[in-house]
Amino acid sequence: MVNWHRLANPTSFLKWSRRVLPWASVTTVILLAAGLYLSLFVAPPDYQQGETVRIMFVHVPSAWMALFTYAVMAGASATGLIWKSPLSHLTAKAAAPIGASFTLLALVTGALWGQPMWGTWWVWDARLTSVLILFFLYLGYIALWEAIDDYTRAAKSTAILALVGVVNIPIIKFSVDWWNTLHQPASVLRMDGPSIHPSLLVPLLVMGGAFTGYFIVVLLIRLEREILARQAQVLRRAQLRS
Amino acid sequence: MTTFLQIVARDVRLAFRQGGATMLVVVFFVLAVALFPLGVGPETAVLRRIAPGVIWVAALLAAMLSLDRLFQVDFEDGSLDQLALAPLPLELVAAAKCLAHWLSTGLPLVVISPLLGVLLELNGEAHAALLLAMAAGTPALSLVGGIGAALTVSIRRGGVLLSLLVLPLYIPVLIFGTGAIDAAAMGLEGGAHLLVLAALLAAALPLAPWAIAGALRLNLE
Repeated sequence: MVNWHRLANPTSFLKWSRRVLPWASVTTVILLAAGLYLSLFVAPPDYQQGETVRIMFVHVPSAWMALFTYAVMAGASATGLIWKSPLSHLTAKAAAPIGASFTLLALVTGALWGQPMWGTWWVWDARLTSVLILFFLYLGYIALWEAIDDYTRAAKSTAILALVGVVNIPIIKFSVDWWNTLHQPASVLRMDGPSIHPSLLVPLLVMGGAFTGYFIVVLLIRLEREILARQAQVLRRAQLRS
Repeated sequence: MTTFLQIVARDVRLAFRQGGATMLVVVFFVLAVALFPLGVGPETAVLRRIAPGVIWVAALLAAMLSLDRLFQVDFEDGSLDQLALAPLPLELVAAAKCLAHWLSTGLPLVVISPLLGVLLELNGEAHAALLLAMAAGTPALSLVGGIGAALTVSIRRGGVLLSLLVLPLYIPVLIFGTGAIDAAAMGLEGGAHLLVLAALLAAALPLAPWAIAGALRLNLE
């Protein structure tokens, strides 16, 4: 049984993270290889969309991760504000650029998929628009971190911003059902079970796992870097003072 | 309660007297809208079609441009510290300042908006919807914008950052505000949009002052 509270201590976290990182990396590589094989060779081409349906195996997991990362960020921000745990704010900070990248990936693959399917790169559909808004929320969050010099103030200010932005996530999730224009409604997470065929669902889920693994690996690396940078900063200050 | 009203009265008075800030916001609003016919051409049909969106976007920008005044001056001259020490909770101080911001910038925008509707050849039925949507939406803009203003209060030249933080949060108001006017202009029932706008306001009313107070406390430490 892992004592999770101990991980709130940066030093023991670093020790733990360095032990976990190789395993997480190997798992991610295996999942990614399996997912790519399944989605590129095993999954059947769609009877309407042909081979372009394979874009889905990148597009949908990135969209999931775009939301998931924001949830992680907001959760870490809330934890940091409530329990003042030293790693929480750094976790949120480390997660933000990853989330922004996933969001950008979802937007770009969506455009590449939309061109052959809908005949247009971009549609001002509610869901596309809210993902674009999510991207701007990420950018604003990152910019606020950059703009405030004082670490504690930056950490708490960005945490408040992340929590305010959380209001946006349900809007994204349910916007399809509210406006429902061109983008197809949610087809995996539904009350009456997935409406997508298992031959497409399995590769999609494996890719989802691979993306999550990738997120964890990059988050651990970035977090380690943030901790070291923060420690170096504190040491340098102490040195200057003495 | 008296302290609350005193803060509101003080801020409104300052906004009207200090260089005519209210006047400037209204002039900006009208000018920004007046640029669109020059840009897209004077065809009535086109103007009528884009009028709701143009008016709302201009309102968003006008409300946003006046946000830096909300806390910045008080932060710099130290009055914000005094307000934080007052017996009134900082949440209520934040609410009072947002109310004052709405009275001095949002309300004038609401009042002037029918004129812009006329300029852009809006339908008769859409005028009422425009007025109602502006009345329900602009207070939400002041409250949500207050969060951005509080977060950036200690950042020098935080204007661009403020817009990056605040504009994405303004989008729901924009969508439902224009939706209400569009629906009315097409002869449909726009009530649902107005209700959602009111719901946004109802959600922002308790939550925004809380977030603003939290952000201000960080900067006053």
